[in-house]
Amino acid sequence: MKNMSRNDHATLANKFNHDEARVNWHDKTLWFVRQKRDKAAKQLPEWEQLRARASQIKAKVLSHLHEYLLEFEKNAVDNGVNVHWAETPEEHNAIVHKIICDHGVDKIVKSKSMLTEECHLNEYLERHGITVIDTDLGERIVQLAGEPPSHIVLPCIHWKKEEIGALFHQHLGTPEGNADPVLLTEAARQHLREKFLTSKVAITGVNFAVAETGEIVVCTNEGNADLGVQLADVHIACMGIEKIVPSRKDLGTFLRLLARSATGQPITTYSSHFRKPRAGQQMHIVLVDNGRSERLASDDFRNALKCIRCGACFNTCPVYRRSGGHSYHTAIAGPIGSILAPALDMKQYGDLPFASTLCGSCSNVCPVKIDIHDQLYKWRQLIVEQGYSSWQKTKGMQVLSNALTSPERYERQGKFLRWLLRKLPFLVKNKFNPWYKQRELPQVPDESFKEWYRKNRKG
Amino acid sequence: MVSQEQKGMSAREKILARIKSNQPNVAAGEELALTPISFSDPIEKFKETLASIGGASLEIEHENQIPDKLLSILPGKKISRHVGPDDHAKADPHAYSDTDVAILRGEFGVAESGAIWITDKQMVDRALPFICSHLVLVIRKSQIIGTLHDAYEKIGHAGYELGTFIAGPSKTADIEQSLVLGAHGAKTMTCFIIR
Amino acid sequence: MKVGLFIPCYVDQFYPQVGIATLSLLEKLGLEVSYPLGQTCCGQPMANSGYEKLSRGCEDLFVKNFSGFDYIVSPSGSCVLHVKEHMHSQNENVSRIHNSIFELTEFLTDIIKIEKLNVSFPYKVGLHQSCHGQRGLRLSQMSELVANDFSKPEKLLSMVNGLQLISLDRADECCGFGGSFCVAEEAVSVKMGKDRITDHLQHEADFITGADMSCLMHLEGILRRQKNKARVIHIAEILNGRK
Repeated sequence: MKNMSRNDHATLANKFNHDEARVNWHDKTLWFVRQKRDKAAKQLPEWEQLRARASQIKAKVLSHLHEYLLEFEKNAVDNGVNVHWAETPEEHNAIVHKIICDHGVDKIVKSKSMLTEECHLNEYLERHGITVIDTDLGERIVQLAGEPPSHIVLPCIHWKKEEIGALFHQHLGTPEGNADPVLLTEAARQHLREKFLTSKVAITGVNFAVAETGEIVVCTNEGNADLGVQLADVHIACMGIEKIVPSRKDLGTFLRLLARSATGQPITTYSSHFRKPRAGQQMHIVLVDNGRSERLASDDFRNALKCIRCGACFNTCPVYRRSGGHSYHTAIAGPIGSILAPALDMKQYGDLPFASTLCGSCSNVCPVKIDIHDQLYKWRQLIVEQGYSSWQKTKGMQVLSNALTSPERYERQGKFLRWLLRKLPFLVKNKFNPWYKQRELPQVPDESFKEWYRKNRKG
Repeated sequence: MVSQEQKGMSAREKILARIKSNQPNVAAGEELALTPISFSDPIEKFKETLASIGGASLEIEHENQIPDKLLSILPGKKISRHVGPDDHAKADPHAYSDTDVAILRGEFGVAESGAIWITDKQMVDRALPFICSHLVLVIRKSQIIGTLHDAYEKIGHAGYELGTFIAGPSKTADIEQSLVLGAHGAKTMTCFIIR
Repeated sequence: MKVGLFIPCYVDQFYPQVGIATLSLLEKLGLEVSYPLGQTCCGQPMANSGYEKLSRGCEDLFVKNFSGFDYIVSPSGSCVLHVKEHMHSQNENVSRIHNSIFELTEFLTDIIKIEKLNVSFPYKVGLHQSCHGQRGLRLSQMSELVANDFSKPEKLLSMVNGLQLISLDRADECCGFGGSFCVAEEAVSVKMGKDRITDHLQHEADFITGADMSCLMHLEGILRRQKNKARVIHIAEILNGRK
């Protein structure tokens, strides 16, 4: 079935691993970010309390999402903001497109928004003749390269500076062979400054939306969201309905956690609270469901909606670090992506919950304490139950289960297996056995523990 | 699942109806304990944190010392086009695109994060803190508080249109995690602390 | 005190010496240990692959074999965690099993509370923290948390004469075994294993030990393919005194 398709995680990860030096580099770069996170967290003795509090606030939001959304909408409208609702990515894209068309422009700037990635807004707008300029440096790099981001916080973490130098030489005319990050960043600054100054519509994401005040908070380090919005006539903010927090004071908890978890910074450079549009400016907020309201009903999977998109689970994940974001073939990669994507399409993303050793590090770094590895386990059960597993795997599991549920069969088949390994090793020591490809098999003992025990303890 | 009666409903109504029927009924429970860190010297902590994220701070006696001090802080930098905290706003934010230095008053500073809270009322123009090449924020020493929890206590129900925590200069580490200051916004950020 | 010895299937078949060391170690402590001969497997291989439903037979068999002991002890954190967390029948026997099953090192430190061991192992040893034991059963503090350090296996290893515990750059990174992950995601699994080994070898480990033979089997497979002279050894073998 689809799980075995050639574009599943295992296949793409295998491809990524053909260049081991690059895997080492990718792993070390992200481990460095994990270490920065650890250092920042350890400066706050109350870190674990903060995580628990944040998780509790999000639980409250999910239990009263209906009321909070209405409160948010009312306050936002009172602030002079236009609020739109979209059930699906298509509806979201159409709403954004219409606002752009209403202002008669064919070019916009956009700061980072995972929601628009989820909805494939860029492709949609491009298809409709609108030029979208991603203004986050990392996103601009992957956009110039014609790729999706590989990480939700560090979009081009899979790119080496020499490659970015070549890309910028081609697109921005930087000197050939120059890979100095300072020079490249300055080139992007000048290139994008012109875009900021000439764009009438700016799209941003939303980190938090405050029900109590109707304001939204957008966090960036580069200042690209702010520059875009402040120089535009129209600000469109796109958000999933789960981004709500009840009150302003809750932001204290979340802003303390977000940047520390993401990059180890105490806070992002800019944490902007957009409450009212500037005189003469329009502000739109698009609230998107895309399956979230359905997920709210599931005791097993609801907590994934607590996610604040910090990316800490990516950086700590030993599998992500060694397989790269694109191996997850979805907008949001990594451990959190592996529990979000199957909810959207179990057939297409049924491989992702298996792209994990269930080591549990993701759940430990999560600032809102999502039980990520437990949900991965539960998704595995559901995917198999719903028939999205291959027949070969099912057959194998049935054979295994059959052997293991009878002490006699287990012992007989275990003994036979050991005999086989000794006498006919070529049956397993071959290229068709993935274990044997880069690993030796265990040395086979003459007797099992059970056999030894019978001889030595019980007559 | 779309039921019969949901046909003809707007997206808003459908989403809200689904949420209402799907949201769990979980008792809120006691708010969990949280004891935020406190700093014996918040001002030192503020300066230290700001320095660690690429910003600079300087204690002065009076606002009128700023122009002189600026020359020493930004040696060799072009600072001819500047905007002060009491200047009138220009009609078009694009007019600020060539601003070398913006000197603005912040409301308060947060020690744990090296951040300064500033709202539209102090920005002269909303674009200014982001578009200038060098940003100078001025706060009073007595306006430095410990944590972001304290910050939101202080902000309370303020009716700003735009409020921003600014912590250091604009930065990026998108190219191989090498930190570069001055991504799109200010290339330097200096905080003057008035004693 | 009646102790039931639970030996995971792959240990029974491929690493009997680990079962023997565990049994002998517990017997030396004066415990009445018996090994129910009708046992097979906890069911984890199916459950972790998404076939929890196919593990029900194993679950029933486990309950049948292990009801009636004061304690159940096993030299595997992973299998113990599975029994504790993913055994789903709701009855008195199952809840008794949940409460009486212990991984070997936690049994020794928390229940028996041993303070000294009369064994020696004069080598440089790296401790591999298997994830299910560490993060699942909390055998050691986890590097992600802001909390006090402790380690049950380390505490036991510190009682072994001559043993020099090395430190690692990444104290608790997963080795990449992960059950069926080790074959389904062969490339990443092996890369993770190689990286763990490099960390241990850079700190000059003669032996890599741990409380889960499955991780060690995976690391051993790579070490032997690399023709490396460093070896793996289950912690029970060290604590029992190696012959």
